[in-house]
Amino acid sequence: MHPAPSVILFTTLSGLGFGLLAFLGLGMPGSTGWVAFAFFAIAYGLAVGGLLASTFHLGHPERALKAFTQWRSSWLSREAWVSVAALLVMGLYGAGRVFLGAHWAPLGLLGAALSLATVLTTSMIYTQLKTVPRWNTALTPILFLTFSLAGGALLAGQIDIARVLLAVAAAAQLAWWVRGDGAFEKSGTTLASATGLGPIGTPRAFEPPHTGPNYLTREMIFVVGRAHAKLLRLVAAILAFAAPLVLLSLPFSHGLAALAVLGHLAGVFVSRWLFFAEAEHVVGLYYGKR
Amino acid sequence: MTLLPDRTEKKLGLVIDLDTCVGCHACVVSCKGWNTENYGAPLSDQDPYGADPSGTFLNRVHSYEVQPETGPAQLIHFPKSCLHCDDAPCATVCPTGASYKRVEDGIVLVNEADCIGCGLCAWACPYGAREMDAAEKVMKKCTLCVDRIYNDNLPEEDRVPACVRTCPSGARHFGDLGDPDSDVSQLVAARGGMDLMPELGTKPVNKYLPPRPKDGLDRDIDVLAPWLAPVAEDPKGFLGWLDRALGKIDGKTTGGR
Repeated sequence: MHPAPSVILFTTLSGLGFGLLAFLGLGMPGSTGWVAFAFFAIAYGLAVGGLLASTFHLGHPERALKAFTQWRSSWLSREAWVSVAALLVMGLYGAGRVFLGAHWAPLGLLGAALSLATVLTTSMIYTQLKTVPRWNTALTPILFLTFSLAGGALLAGQIDIARVLLAVAAAAQLAWWVRGDGAFEKSGTTLASATGLGPIGTPRAFEPPHTGPNYLTREMIFVVGRAHAKLLRLVAAILAFAAPLVLLSLPFSHGLAALAVLGHLAGVFVSRWLFFAEAEHVVGLYYGKR
Repeated sequence: MTLLPDRTEKKLGLVIDLDTCVGCHACVVSCKGWNTENYGAPLSDQDPYGADPSGTFLNRVHSYEVQPETGPAQLIHFPKSCLHCDDAPCATVCPTGASYKRVEDGIVLVNEADCIGCGLCAWACPYGAREMDAAEKVMKKCTLCVDRIYNDNLPEEDRVPACVRTCPSGARHFGDLGDPDSDVSQLVAARGGMDLMPELGTKPVNKYLPPRPKDGLDRDIDVLAPWLAPVAEDPKGFLGWLDRALGKIDGKTTGGR
C-alpha cells in the first residue's frame, strides 16, 4: 500500500497524543495549573494535529462533516465520533485540572477510555480489510494500542510504567511482523482464485490492461523500499524501543527524557511507514505483482 | 446509507464469457465514452498525449496465460469491472453514505456529492473496481450504466450497459441474476459460471464463464506436414548461383554440395 505521509503522520501523532490523554485522564501525572496546561497542550497538539493531517489526504475535505453519518457500519465514521467525544470530555476534564485544580476522577476515567477507544477505531479501519492480509488480524489493534500506551506513558513521565509498556509494545511489534510475513500466503488468495482459471492450469499475468500505471497500481501496489524492509525494521525497533529503554535506565534528566521521546517518535514513524509500505493488497495479483 | 440491504428485489449484473472474449478492448472504450459524457463526473485523463499518460477507467481488460499440465498454453482475455457484490465491503466502510447498494436492483453506486475522496472503499475492494478520479477527487465505479438501462429515451436495444451493447463477440451478457429463469442465470447454470476470489466472501453478482476445453489431437504430428515437405533440395539457376556465392563468404550452403 502507498505510504501516504498524511496518514502516517496522523496515525503516529494522534496515537501518541491520545495515549498521553489516556494517562492524563487517569491522573498520571495528577499535576494542576500551568504544569497541567503544558501536558494537555502537548496532548491536544499531537491528537488534533494528527487528525488535521489526516484530512489532507481527502479529495474533498470540505465535506468531512458527512463522515459522522455512517457510524452503524463504518469504522472511519466511528473514529470521527469517538475522537471528538474524547477531545470534548478530556477538554472539560483538563479545564478542571488547569483552572480549578480539580480532579474529576469519573470524567477523567471516561476521557481515558474514549482516548483509547479512538486508537482502537483507527486500528480497526485497517484491521477490517480482508483485502490486505497483513492487516487483517487481531494483532493490529494490539499493535496500535500498545504503541499508543507506551508512547503516552513516556510523554506523561511515568517512567516505571513506560519501561514495561515499551517492552510489551516491542513484543507486539515483533509478533505482528512475524505473523505478517506469512499472512498473504496463508490467506489463500492467489492469481488462480482471483481469475478462477486455476482448474485449467497455472495462470500467469501476460499483458496488463494498459502500458502505464493507474490509480490502483499507484495506491495498492507500492513496492519501493520493500528491499530495505529488514534494515528499516531494525532501525524502527532500536529507535522506538531499545533507545528509550536504555535512556530511561540512566540517571533521570529532562534532556535524556526528551531524547527518549524523540527517539520513540522517530521509531514509530519508521514502523508506521513499514506498516503501509510492506502491506500487500490482493488486487496486485491481477497485475502479476504483490 | 452504507448498511447493506438484507436482500435486493433484483440482482442486475453481467455475465462475462472468457471463452468468447477476444480482448479487443471495445468495452473499455465504450465504457469510458458513455461514462465521460453522461452521469456523474467525467472520467478524466492526466497527461494523455505526454510521456506519462494515465486515466480513470471503470472497466479494464487484462490478459492471462494459463499453462495446463500437458499441452500448449492458453491466452485468456479477462475484462474486469465492478461485480456489484451482494456483500459489498466497499459500501460498509464508507463513512459518509456516498457508497450504497440499491434495494431495487442491487446496483452498487456512489453519490458523488457526498464522497469525501478518502479512498477507503477502493482499499476494501479486492477487485480493483473503484478508481479515484484525479481531476474531480471523487470515487468512480461502474454504475451498470444505470442511466441507460432505465432510459426510455433510448431505443429498447440500447437499454443495456454500454460495454454489453458494444461487445463485437457477444462475450458480455446483462440481466437479473436473482431470477433463476432469466437468460443470464440459465447461461451461468449451463456453463458453470464462477465467482472471483470466492474465499473473501464478497458474494459477487457478476459471474465469469470459464473457457471451454480446447480440442486435442490424437497424434503428436502436424497432419499437413507431408504436403509441406521441401520439394527442391538443390537450388538451381539464379538461386543456385546466389547460394554458392554466399556460401563462399560464410561457408554454408543450402544445397547438397
